[in-house]
Parts: sequence; C-alpha cells; structure tokens
Amino acid sequence: MNPALLVIGAVLALALALGVRARRGRTMTLEEWTVGGRGFGTVFVFLLMAGEIYTTFTFLGGSGWAYGKGAPAFYILCYGALAYALSYFLLPVIWRYAREHQLLSQADYFTSKFGSPGLGVLVSVVSVIAIVPYLVLQLKGLGIIVSEASYGAITSNSAVWISSAVLVVYVVVSGVRGSAWTAVVKDVMILVVAIALGLYLPLHYYGGMRTMFERIEAAKPGFLTLPATGMSPSWFISTVILTSLGFYMWPHTFGAVYTARHENVFRRNAVVMPLYQLVLLFVFLAGFAAIQQVPGLTGSAADLSLLRVSRQTFGPWIVGTIGAAGLLTALVPGSMLLMTAATLVAKNVYGRLAPGTPEVRVTLLAKWLVPVIALVSVYFTMRGGETLVTLLLMGYNFVTQLFPPLLFSLGRKPYATRAGAFAGILSGVATVAWLTLSGVTMATLVPSWPDVVKDLNAGIIAMLVNTVVLLVVSLATGPRGATDAAVTSRPV
Amino acid sequence: MRWYRWLALVPAIGMLGGVPFVNRVEPWVFGLPLLLAWVLVWVLLTSATMWLIYALDRRHERRAEQSGA
Repeated sequence: MNPALLVIGAVLALALALGVRARRGRTMTLEEWTVGGRGFGTVFVFLLMAGEIYTTFTFLGGSGWAYGKGAPAFYILCYGALAYALSYFLLPVIWRYAREHQLLSQADYFTSKFGSPGLGVLVSVVSVIAIVPYLVLQLKGLGIIVSEASYGAITSNSAVWISSAVLVVYVVVSGVRGSAWTAVVKDVMILVVAIALGLYLPLHYYGGMRTMFERIEAAKPGFLTLPATGMSPSWFISTVILTSLGFYMWPHTFGAVYTARHENVFRRNAVVMPLYQLVLLFVFLAGFAAIQQVPGLTGSAADLSLLRVSRQTFGPWIVGTIGAAGLLTALVPGSMLLMTAATLVAKNVYGRLAPGTPEVRVTLLAKWLVPVIALVSVYFTMRGGETLVTLLLMGYNFVTQLFPPLLFSLGRKPYATRAGAFAGILSGVATVAWLTLSGVTMATLVPSWPDVVKDLNAGIIAMLVNTVVLLVVSLATGPRGATDAAVTSRPV
Repeated sequence: MRWYRWLALVPAIGMLGGVPFVNRVEPWVFGLPLLLAWVLVWVLLTSATMWLIYALDRRHERRAEQSGA
C-alpha cells in the first residue's frame, strides 16, 4: 500500500470513529437520526450546510470545468451567493412552520401545507429521482480519488465499490450527528488544501496568476470569457437563476433547515456563507494551472485534472492529503443524500402507502434502504460518461420543479391549490424528462430564434411551464382547494 | 414596511446584469481576467448587502419590542 492510500485510509478511520462517538448516549429515534433532535446552533448548522454544499462537485467538478470549459465554470461561484441571499427570507418562514407542525422532511412540508399526503408522495419521488444523479456524482468523485491516489493500482470501478460500501457503513453507524462532526474535519481540510493548491500551482508553474492567465489566453483565445453562442451570457444567467432557486429545494438541504435551534441562525448564515464561496476561486485557479501541465484530458476525464496535476507536482504523502480532503467532500454530502433518500422512501412513500406502520419498523426500513439506494447509484455510476457538473445540472433540473409550488405556498393562505401544485410539478418534471431523454435543447426547438433565447438553460423552460400550469390550475380550482394548516393535522 | 429588504435584489441584478458587459479579459484586476474579477466582487458585495439588511432588521425588531413593551 502506498503512502497516499495510507493517509486516505487514516482519515476514513477517523471519520468513522467520529461517527460512532457522536451517537453514543443517545437513543436513535427517527427524529434524532435525521434532524439531530432539532437542537443545533449557528456553528453546527453552518457546518452542516457547508458540509452539504462543499461537495466533491466543488472540488473535482469545479476544477474540472475550469480545466475543460474555462469561463462557464464561474457560474458555480455565482449561484451559491445568490441562493444565500434568498435563504435569508425563505428559510425562517419554512423553519417556523416546520417547528409548529413537528415536520421531519421536505415532503412533510408539502403534505402538511397542502393537506395532501399524495402530494408528499409525489414530492418524495421527485426528490429521490433528483438525488440519484447527485449521489452518482459523489461516487464518481470518490472513485476518481481512490484510483488516482492508488496510482492506478485500484481500478476506478473497484474504487466505486469500495467507496459505496464505506458510505453505507458510515450512514448506518452515525446518522446526522456524525455528518456534522465529520463536516468540521472536512471543512478545515478542504479550506487548507484548496487555498494551498490555488496559490501554489500558478506560482510554481507560471510565476503568478497574471502570467498563467495570459498564457492560457494566448494558447486558447476566448477561453477566459463566455462564448457568443452555446455557453453564452444568456446560458450563464439562466443557469445561475435556475440553480440558485433550486439550491434549497434539495431534500437534504431543506431537511438541514429543520436542525436549527433558532431562525436567526439562517439570517447570520446568509451574511457569512457567501464568503465561503470564495474557496471556489482557488479551486478554479488549480484547474486553470492544470491546463498546460497535464493537457489532453477531454470530456469527463477533465474531472481528473486536479489530482493529475497534484500527482505530477507533489509526493505521495501530499497527494494522499489532497485525496483525503476529496474523500471527505464526497463522504459528508454523500451520507446526507443517502440518508435523506432512504428516509424519504421509508417514511414519506412507504409510510404513507401503508399507514399505521409503527415508527420502529419505518426506522428499520430506512436503514435497510441505505444499501439498496447505494446499489442503484453504483449501477448508474458504472454506466454513464457525464462530467460531474453535467450530473449536478441534471439533478437541478428536476429538483427546481419544487420551487414554484413552494413559493406559492408560503403565505398563511397559500395561493397555490392542491391540484395546482400537483399539475405544476407533474408538467415541470414531464418537461425535464422529455428534454433529457430526447436531447432537445432550445437551439433545436426554435432554430431560427436569436441566440439569446436559444442558449437559455432548458431547466428554466420547464420551470416556466410548471409555474404557468400551477397558476392556471390554482385559479380554476381555488379558493375551494386552498387549505389552511388546520385541516392538515388530521390523521391520514 | 421594511423597504430596505428590497436591497437584496441589488447583488442579483448587479452580478448577472453586468455579465454581458464585462465578458472580457482586459482590463486585468489583481491578475484576474475581468469577468472572473467581476463575479468575485459581487460575491463580496452579496455578503455586505445581507449584513446591512440583517443590521437594519435587528434595529427594526428592537424598536418593535420596545414600543410593544
């Protein structure tokens, strides 16, 4: 075993130990397992949220896109900051409602707000569909890290199997508290590693950032700006809007909202978190530095660039440390995603379809579903050849379809009706599925229209369809269908 | 009416609205191409804006508490 794998193994053991330690002395009810008994303060919620946001997507995907696509990667820097600004107004409202009604998951919110268990089931299904590409992304990232750090001794496929086994054990052992503690270790490591790489690589290979960028611009003119067609400013703006609206629609992020002790936690986070986005600058710098040092990685291989350039620059001990940071960026969010998906299927789908199931059985089922969902993700990981960023954007297209019904449900008397929410989500998801499966883009749909329209992110179109359908159906069915919270507490 | 809460739109409009106009490499800002520098500055301004709104909200809430008591 080489030193790089040793370091990664040691960090993994530490993460597992923290997970086991975190659960000691607490009885694991479903509420404790998933929302930590709703007693986390600013620091913990901050770490949990950062823990989900700084994923292997940021680390390998961000540098991979800077390496392979250049300026379009900057969108990643934008959407997080804008999502936090939105969270200042959105999250306290959701949190207050969730506490009042003792909610555990995102689907609970929709069930309760619209007085419709069926809607809860639909939301859960959409969420789980969106989670799968996100999980695939984490597993792919883990696979890349383990096989690169083994210097090719472990193939990428066996690395994916090992990683998913680790992920499953980690989730079953620790639940949400394990995630929060490991997030502490992960955040420190990722900060140090990203900043060090982003500063050192341009300096080491080019003598400075300006020289590096000038050489890239000379070799690939236009790489540092958005192209006139394709990933144009129009694509950039529509993608940032789509992803920042979808940011908190992820069931695990939505669920993390419930862990807060007080709503001010979110308002403070909205001030601090945009600064956290700055880590991405350094990730981009590392990706740009790799362009002329490890050339020739095309397509999804671009995601390897960060680790390839590290291998070329440093010895195995440092490569191991970088790999270990990467491992944690996949493990923490990966465990949140797995746990969320398992809870959703057990509680919000099975629990609804077979009412009266005792909570102990639901909790047990949730734990058994963890390896099942992991296996499904392994299957898709082995099949696809997408880049990490493409996978995330695919998930976003689905999950953003939950934003219009959420937005129109916020008031005391929601504008959206039950039927409106159903119709909106279904039409939005159907549009996304059609666009994804047929490969249709705006450019093929309306070829004669100006580029400004053709380059729009297709997910935006689906969300517009969704919103229009929701409003029209709500208008037709309301106010009879409009439900108040009081109706919803009756047993189902 | 908490009119100042509309300030939250400023970073979104500034960051995204500016993109078509700053989609250039030059002038360089701290060794970064202009587009990247533009985005970075607006991330910082997002944090500053939210801080301002939070501070004003706190003042507003303290006043509401005092007049209520």
